[in-house]
Amino acid sequence: MKAKLNLLLAGTFAVMLAACSSTSTMDTADSSTEDASARDTAPVVVGTGNDTSVDSMAMPADQKIIGGSSVSNGGTMVAIADATLYFGFDLSTLSPQTRAALTRVAAALRTTTGDIRVEGHADERGTREYNIALAERRAKTAADFLVLQGVSSSRIETISYGEERPAANGTGERVWSQNRRVEIK
Amino acid sequence: MRDSLIFTLALSLFLFSGPSQAELTIEVVSGIDQQTRIAVVPFEWKGSGLSPTEFDQIISNDLQLSGLFEVIAPRNMLSFPSPDTDVNFRDWRILDADYLLVGSAEVVAGRLVSEVQLYDVLSGRQVMARRITAGPQDGRDISHRISDLAYEEITGISGIAESRILYVTDFLNANGERRYRLMLADQDGAREQLVIESAEPIMSPAWSPNGEDIAYVSFETGRAAIFMQSLSTGVREQLTSFVGINGAPAFSPDGTKVALVLSKDGNPEIYVLNLATGDFSRITDHFSIDTEPNWTPDGQGLVFTSDRGGRPQIYEIDLQTGRIARLTFRGDYNARPRLSADGRFLVMVHRNEGVYHIAVQDLTDDTLIIVTQTQLDESPTISPNGALVMYATKLNGNSILAAVSLDAGVKYNLPATSSSEVREPAWSPN
Repeated sequence: MKAKLNLLLAGTFAVMLAACSSTSTMDTADSSTEDASARDTAPVVVGTGNDTSVDSMAMPADQKIIGGSSVSNGGTMVAIADATLYFGFDLSTLSPQTRAALTRVAAALRTTTGDIRVEGHADERGTREYNIALAERRAKTAADFLVLQGVSSSRIETISYGEERPAANGTGERVWSQNRRVEIK
Repeated sequence: MRDSLIFTLALSLFLFSGPSQAELTIEVVSGIDQQTRIAVVPFEWKGSGLSPTEFDQIISNDLQLSGLFEVIAPRNMLSFPSPDTDVNFRDWRILDADYLLVGSAEVVAGRLVSEVQLYDVLSGRQVMARRITAGPQDGRDISHRISDLAYEEITGISGIAESRILYVTDFLNANGERRYRLMLADQDGAREQLVIESAEPIMSPAWSPNGEDIAYVSFETGRAAIFMQSLSTGVREQLTSFVGINGAPAFSPDGTKVALVLSKDGNPEIYVLNLATGDFSRITDHFSIDTEPNWTPDGQGLVFTSDRGGRPQIYEIDLQTGRIARLTFRGDYNARPRLSADGRFLVMVHRNEGVYHIAVQDLTDDTLIIVTQTQLDESPTISPNGALVMYATKLNGNSILAAVSLDAGVKYNLPATSSSEVREPAWSPN
């Protein structure tokens, strides 16, 4: 397996706020005055990257984080070994081939330093939030195996995308089997 | 060894100014057997030029979408009365009309003013007369209001023509990159507006009961995070950013709390966030998956999905006592519960012989009806009047929105006219 260096930049994200103030009222004559007219919506567009026009936009003061920690200031992660592992329907167990692949990934990681992302994915069947949970279980199973193989858990971040980022588009077992996966980056 | 830069978020500067052309169009699949026949006469326009709004067409569409009405086409009408003229009821009895709606509109002092009258054709009585005013561009709002007034007068149930839907779309842009959008539209798909766009997934939109604030999951930071946002101002705050899953937000009936899912302690558990204090209370404690919380109407409990019994099933937890009861026993996959406002009906995704349908369980006697016949049906959301369930399904390989009544008698599709995948509808609370 070819070792590859990926530099992952969790870039800054910026929020654009556009306040709309157009309001109008609607009255129904034989009842009390009602206000049910067109309600305008202010869109928010999020983006990131090295474009200065985005960097120049600070996070608005009225956006605050209640729980957890902000990642908006970015971070740098260096990954050493890329691999994709596949899973059975509704399963998070590791097949013999998957174990062999993970063993090779662990061996590559033991010779280097740097952090990796273990991303869990699911096929489109079933509900979206349940698939987030199922795909996280897959990612954690793979991460746990790497730790058993001597990789420090502090180097591993697991993240679940559920069915939101399919590797293959469409429907049917051929597509689904490609989407039930864990990607190590 | 080659270095490559991967930006977790692609740059996007994209602004929607005002309403865009509707992306969703409606096609009625079936209605109830004994529909009420109503004639909506083309409105008399008293202003100069052409009427800015096709009032009668919007009203007719709203009434047809309810599935309870059969609308008589204008081409079959023998006369075209207005609020200023007499109605010849014989013209309408010949057409088997049960009800007749006549209206006019004009601009008075910069305001759009509409007069509307509803007649019971059999008795020849006027049953409703209203005068509705709005801003000069708000003819569609006037039309939806008239639809709801007529619907409520005839059925005794509040209408949903003025309600709105949130939904998620994704598509490939000109560079072949996937883009995710959270959209807002009228319940009929009209006046679609962009709420947020990102290069990373957006999930699980939810309404506050105030109909003004929403919450959703966005991966824009490179990880899952829950955001809360005001629709009118666009001001938003990040509610969570924990390690692992941050998902499935659901506002409490009084709007003061948000139930959500975090896996920061190892596996997915349900928490309740107090919006005033910022405090999180852990609700579930089990090594299995606990997710997709939805509040009971009294705010005293949550229904949720758990595979603690080996397969995903629906459970209910009493927030006072912590007592947990399993609600579903039919089938090996029941997930993403939604409770009707009266607490009587449990709507969920139900797998039957490997196919995912929307099912409705009557909690008074635990009878279960499968209300959809398509495949990969998911994300049910109940209309504010409790009559309909909107959900996402597949049509010709594309994800679309569809709706069905709780008794499965009324069905319609909202197929997207563009190539976007449309999913995760969330019906406004009013």
